Amino acid sequence: MLGLVGRSGAGKTTLLKLVNRLLLPAAGSVLVEGRDTREWEPIALRRRVGYVLQDVGLFPHMTIADNVAVVPRLAGWPADRTASRVAELLDLVGLPPRQFATRWPDELSGGQRQRVGVARALAVDPPVLLMDEPFGALDPLTRAELHAEFRRIQERLRKTVMIVSHDMGEAFALADRVGVIDEGRLVACDRPHALARSDEPLVRQLLDALPVVPRA
Amino acid sequence: MVSNLLSFWIAHRAELSGLLGQHVLLVVVATVVAAAIGVPLGIFAARRPRLASPLMAIASIVQTVPSLAMFGFLLPVPLVGGVGARAALVVLILYGVLPIVRTTIAGLRGIDGSIREAGVAMGMTPRELLQQVELPLALPSIVAGVRVAAVVGVGSATIAAAIGAGGLGEYIYRGLSMVDTTVILAGAIPAAALALVVDGALLWLERQLSARRRSRRRWPAIAAAVGFSAVALVSSSIAARRAGGAIVVGSKNFTEQIILGELLAQTIEQEAGLPVDRRLNLGGTIICDRALLTGDIDVYVEYTGTALTAVFHQPISTDPRAVFDTVRELYGRTGRTLLPPLGFNNTFAILVRGADARSRGLRTIDDAARESSHWRAGFGYEFVGRPDGYPGLTSTYGFRFPDPPRVMDLTLSYRALASGQVDMIAGDATAGLIKGLDLVQLEDNRRYFPPYDAAAVARAETLLRYPRLRTALERLSGGISAADMRAMNYAVDVEHRDVTEIARDFVGRKR
Repeated sequence: MLGLVGRSGAGKTTLLKLVNRLLLPAAGSVLVEGRDTREWEPIALRRRVGYVLQDVGLFPHMTIADNVAVVPRLAGWPADRTASRVAELLDLVGLPPRQFATRWPDELSGGQRQRVGVARALAVDPPVLLMDEPFGALDPLTRAELHAEFRRIQERLRKTVMIVSHDMGEAFALADRVGVIDEGRLVACDRPHALARSDEPLVRQLLDALPVVPRA
Repeated sequence: MVSNLLSFWIAHRAELSGLLGQHVLLVVVATVVAAAIGVPLGIFAARRPRLASPLMAIASIVQTVPSLAMFGFLLPVPLVGGVGARAALVVLILYGVLPIVRTTIAGLRGIDGSIREAGVAMGMTPRELLQQVELPLALPSIVAGVRVAAVVGVGSATIAAAIGAGGLGEYIYRGLSMVDTTVILAGAIPAAALALVVDGALLWLERQLSARRRSRRRWPAIAAAVGFSAVALVSSSIAARRAGGAIVVGSKNFTEQIILGELLAQTIEQEAGLPVDRRLNLGGTIICDRALLTGDIDVYVEYTGTALTAVFHQPISTDPRAVFDTVRELYGRTGRTLLPPLGFNNTFAILVRGADARSRGLRTIDDAARESSHWRAGFGYEFVGRPDGYPGLTSTYGFRFPDPPRVMDLTLSYRALASGQVDMIAGDATAGLIKGLDLVQLEDNRRYFPPYDAAAVARAETLLRYPRLRTALERLSGGISAADMRAMNYAVDVEHRDVTEIARDFVGRKR
């Protein structure tokens, strides 16, 4: 699990979009499972790469269950297999299907919508998962809950995950390795405890920006 | 007023439901086809912004062409033009496409970018994205466009009666030519009600679609709509085919022409035993002439003087025999046969109010010319444009009106004269309203107006194919005097009697 941290506009989202071929590199190449993304058939690539969008992007005209079922249906799964997979995923992200399956995106809170976004990205069990600030717009408590839950999920699934965040704390909490990006360049990439001792000025700045609990 | 209207509806309930049915059919078929064209066009344009603006510009220009002018443009066009429901449909479809294209584009462009991106990122092909995400989200907006198209269609379809497409406009036109408000309202009120119903129904559908719970429940509604339109399409094509083998009788859009058309129709049915398709109440001379030329109608009644000047653009002559021979020759060269005259001359009549004529001693057009410096004149569209109409009249008699004449619908001008809005009009010599509204015809003392002998003109090809048709039409020749014609016009325009009945009485008397 790789965390990507940097200022707004540093190129984090662009990097993710290069992986699922929403964008193609102007120079160099991006390899997914050892193959250049230019050589991948884009539809096949995207179905092997789950994507959780920055602003979730749930389809407002579909129920929660239908949103999660989008990719299985595209892949032509039989209806009963899709239904049991949707139920399993909703359970996994902590939204009991009995209660949530038939509800609509605009009836859910921001945190619940984020969970649906994660469930949708995991639907066909893709080997790679891209997450673009999945927990960005949440209050700190909900966020901490989701972090814990996501770590629990990842322990079970063991996927290749790239997670973008503008918050060093979130990256440290979730990722095995953390990359720091500045103006489109990777300035540092290491395990969290190694990165914490880095002399790189931007890394230091990001670390200094972490909130400190004021002592009384 | 209300009881008049109700009794009119009750008396004509079969006809009313028929016209309403035609109206609904026109609008439904036109709107469905407009949607079938407009939605794909909108999808196409939404993806190519550079194409969208010229496309919208063209569609907007089409929208601004007045519908009557559009019917005029389409008359000579093969396949889509001519007279009847087909041409009316083409016009209604052209009007319907714009709002649908516009709202389709708006609906697609209004979709949140992140939703579209989510679809792409999940591996949807462009087609899957369109079907599963974009179209469902744009649907309420598209339905809003269909609603606008349908409501505009209900209005435009009333004008389609001018080219014989039927519908509630028939009553409006008939009422205008009879100067009878009841008949106008008999068509206008159901048309307005229909517009409200269509608007309400589609607004309801639009709300259903934009309401949250819609994912699956909308399919029955859409299936029902598609089924309904399929039924409408099939029945309209059956209706179109049924008229196939019949003799098509046309007429222009004023009372006398409608009576003459009905007389021709009944004579053909009874004397020749041939089925007749009535396309009465078509626009003006040019529309009837083009329709005859293209074979949309087989026969109608023309006036020799009108044919000479308005159809063939020949110089005016005042000798009835010479005019008839010239016109027959000219028709013959274009595949049409002019039958012997029916027996009356419907020349232009310069009309003034009876009260004025008596108080000022007006007898001739020269008398009127002397008064003209403080008069207002009102003329029909045709009279103002024709060389044997207003331009020649002023130079022959030296009229000096302070203002240019007001141009108005011919049949409205009688009422405008009677109510004092104008002081002089050019009407028809056989108009029943002359008697009904106490108007006086001034004598053409300088013999300015050429002869306007009424005669049936038919497609030569049709006459050859049905020899009995020629025999039947020739039986009418010389059989209708000016007095007969004025009496029949009076019966329709002033006594508000039914045209079919009057024609039946007349044909019965002549047998």
